[in-house]
Amino acid sequence: MVPASFEYYRPTDVSSVIALITQHGDDARVMAGGHSLIPMMKLRMAEIPHLIDLQDVAGLTGITIDGFTVRIGAMTTQTELIDHPGLRQTAPILREAALQIADPQVRCMGTIGGNVANGDPGNDMPGLMQCLNAQFTLIGPDGERTVAARDYYEAAYFTARSEEEVLTSIHFSARGGGYCYEKQKRKIGDYATAACAVTLYKEEGLCAGASIAMTNLSDVPVWSKAAGLALDGTSVDANAVKSAVEAAVADIDPSEDNRGPVDFKVYVAGVIIKRAIESAWSRA
Amino acid sequence: MPDKMHIQLTVNGRNEEFLAEPRELLIHTLRERMNITGPHVGCETSHCGACTVIVNDKAIKACTMFVAQANGSEITTIEGLGNPDSLHVLQESFREHHGLQCGYCTPGMITRATKLLEETPNPTEEEVRFGMAGNLCRCTGYQNIVKSILAAAAQMNAAQEAAE
Ligand SMILES: Cc1cc2nc3c(=O)[nH]c(=O)nc-3n(C[C@H](O)[C@H](O)[C@H](O)COP(=O)(O)OP(=O)(O)OC[C@H]3O[C@@H](n4cnc5c(N)ncnc54)[C@H](O)[C@@H]3O)c2cc1C
Ligand code: FES
Ligand code: FES
Repeated sequence: MVPASFEYYRPTDVSSVIALITQHGDDARVMAGGHSLIPMMKLRMAEIPHLIDLQDVAGLTGITIDGFTVRIGAMTTQTELIDHPGLRQTAPILREAALQIADPQVRCMGTIGGNVANGDPGNDMPGLMQCLNAQFTLIGPDGERTVAARDYYEAAYFTARSEEEVLTSIHFSARGGGYCYEKQKRKIGDYATAACAVTLYKEEGLCAGASIAMTNLSDVPVWSKAAGLALDGTSVDANAVKSAVEAAVADIDPSEDNRGPVDFKVYVAGVIIKRAIESAWSRA
Repeated sequence: MPDKMHIQLTVNGRNEEFLAEPRELLIHTLRERMNITGPHVGCETSHCGACTVIVNDKAIKACTMFVAQANGSEITTIEGLGNPDSLHVLQESFREHHGLQCGYCTPGMITRATKLLEETPNPTEEEVRFGMAGNLCRCTGYQNIVKSILAAAAQMNAAQEAAE
């Protein structure tokens, strides 16, 4: 399994990255940890004549927490997310999700930027980012802009990011509350058959806002506004959970693959969403 | 065809410099160019962990890293952890507790386990199983691998205490 040959670049600043992409157009691609890209290149499903390695690019790493605002550099690895003490405190759902991605060797290479950037429906972070209403910062030849995770995903491997743009960081607001990332997989280290991210708040015994998003149950991650609203103002009793699960399931569109037929996925989604809501509520 | 690149690696303490195509996978550099055949090729698809080596202090799958990516790094393979005259505690423990049958997965298992025990010096059985999730074994059923790692942890901790 040898990929097609390529020219390799290891620039040290973002402007050189943009210059290389502008120069080589479609023939250029950035690589973060390479743990989605290299397997595709080895299978010759991706052929990249000009490969731009981001590992030495300044300004793409680091996690900063300023009050309620969390900012994570694109090149932050899943292991770094898991090990960061401040993040564990402020946004423990990231650790919970990252621990369910792949295995230790893969997690110390795979980055959050690589996980969210290219719109792979199997990846776990995009759904979580939609749940958290995260914002993605992109830099391209025309400067910097911010795109909401909820507006970023258009179809499998199609996103709002243009080919000349690089994702530099992610930020979101973390206000505590209950949380859960629940994932059903065939075996440890596998991509999700169905997964669900939930955050919610509890005030005087009632739900004061909930956000629910799902992974690998459509060709894009799915944030279900209706599911969150179904919990709002309720005591998250059995009826409210049932309505929320029904609303969430109405928003998904899974397709049959080696993880099972559509009916099975819809069934599993229902179970996982229910568990995620109940677990988040128990922690609120 | 793109030019070959000048590559410099420090492998098990030795400086290595050579020209290579950037697309060469690190596992092939080690095995075919340097005859370092401890790290194995099991699946070649990032799943089995037989190719695990340590690059700049991280245990990674060498079938999923280009030699160009590794350029400038320090690499340790099973050959750098111990040798037949002086085995690493984990190697000794795998021998003692029958942590292998065919042995194909063993170099990757032990290489990853050295990092696991740095991250979690006193792991529970569950932590060992979870921490070794990137290494597959087709023979042992894992029971004796887990036992070997737990025994090595106990021995390393006892040695540490004795030293203090
Ligand atoms: C065995 C195995 C199991 C896995 N299981 C899971 C799993 O369960 N869940 C899961 O979520 N993931 C899983 N992964 C994927 C893994 O988490 C990837 O590493 C990750 O999704 C991509 O991160 P990366 O840094 O390796 O990106 P790369 O592979 O380097 O890049 C991925 C894509 O994103 C683009 N890209 C990368 N960084 C940027 C950037 N900053 N700006 C713009 N574009 C960028 C690249 O051009 C490429 O198209 C698994 C991988 C393996 C090998
Ligand atoms: S050979 Fe690298 S993971 Fe199997
Ligand atoms: S001992 Fe044979 S694969 Fe593990």
